[in-house]
Amino acid sequence: MIEKLTQPWPWYVAGAIIGLIVPTLLILGNKHFGISANLRHMCAACFPSNIPFFNYDWKKESWNLFFIGGILVGGVISTQYLSSPDPVIIHPDLAKELTQFGITDFSGLVPIQLFSFESLFTLRGLIMMVGGGFLVGFGTRYAGGCTSGHAIMGLSDLQWPSLLATISFMIGGFLMTNLILPYILAL
Amino acid sequence: MKQEETDFEVRSLDTMCVNESELVHPWWYNFKYAAVGVIFGIVFIKAEIISWFRIQEMFKLQSFHMYGVIGTAVVVGAISVFLIKKLKIKTVHGEEITFTNKKFNKGQIYGGLIFGLGWAITGACPGPLFAQLGSGALAIIVVIASAMAGTWVYGKFREQLPH
Repeated sequence: MIEKLTQPWPWYVAGAIIGLIVPTLLILGNKHFGISANLRHMCAACFPSNIPFFNYDWKKESWNLFFIGGILVGGVISTQYLSSPDPVIIHPDLAKELTQFGITDFSGLVPIQLFSFESLFTLRGLIMMVGGGFLVGFGTRYAGGCTSGHAIMGLSDLQWPSLLATISFMIGGFLMTNLILPYILAL
Repeated sequence: MKQEETDFEVRSLDTMCVNESELVHPWWYNFKYAAVGVIFGIVFIKAEIISWFRIQEMFKLQSFHMYGVIGTAVVVGAISVFLIKKLKIKTVHGEEITFTNKKFNKGQIYGGLIFGLGWAITGACPGPLFAQLGSGALAIIVVIASAMAGTWVYGKFREQLPH
């Protein structure tokens, strides 16, 4: 059993569990699955700065902060107790392409050569960590949700604006990975 | 009361979290959501959803994995929502489960494109960022702080942006 759990889980298992989070949160307390709103709650809690967008009762949404706190703990648990000793398998074409940009360490889920405190002092690392993070925070709030709020919760509830948002996420991602990212990685 | 109404307006426009529950629970009731989060975090890591490489493969059409995960999640989620509506299932506290229709605004397109760009750079949407941090990639704290900054800047200039 433990052996099975430490192997990478197939997509249908992961997808089914994530899908079941939707009704679980609804039944536990009429909570709608969403994560990016937490960034807003964190702003509202720490730096409301008299901005109307951040002046609301964030404590009412504190369940959401507990939820991401749980995600963090889940990350710790699976890394500590359920991790697989085998290296992550990567598509050979991707590995070949990344090697050209000096990215050769495929051991972690996060490429250590791109996302580390040291790489913050390189232009490439700075753009990817600070710039990328900024786009995620700005874009999700502008769109009113992220992959969980729009792509999973919104589509589950057959909301067509969520479909538009999801298509936009994908277009943005395709543009970045295929057209822009090679230039950033070459820095 | 007026304050409350605008509050709901603002929140229903911008987030899926429109929690109008009248029930007041002790704060530690929130741990049940943390427990769900723990499961979610474990799935994130074990199915490699938080892997930067998997996200690149998704956008290069080199792997079906992420499409399979998101597709399955939507199908399971949609069936669940359908059943909850159809059978009028209530919460464990006996409250009605409510849904709010999303209104279209241009932000879903502009913001969606911007988030997509960021998603492909960081290889993570907001949820996975927290799982990555938990997995020991401590430098991700910088990405999270920057995402908070992005959200803050959006809030600051919200009125000037096309919606």
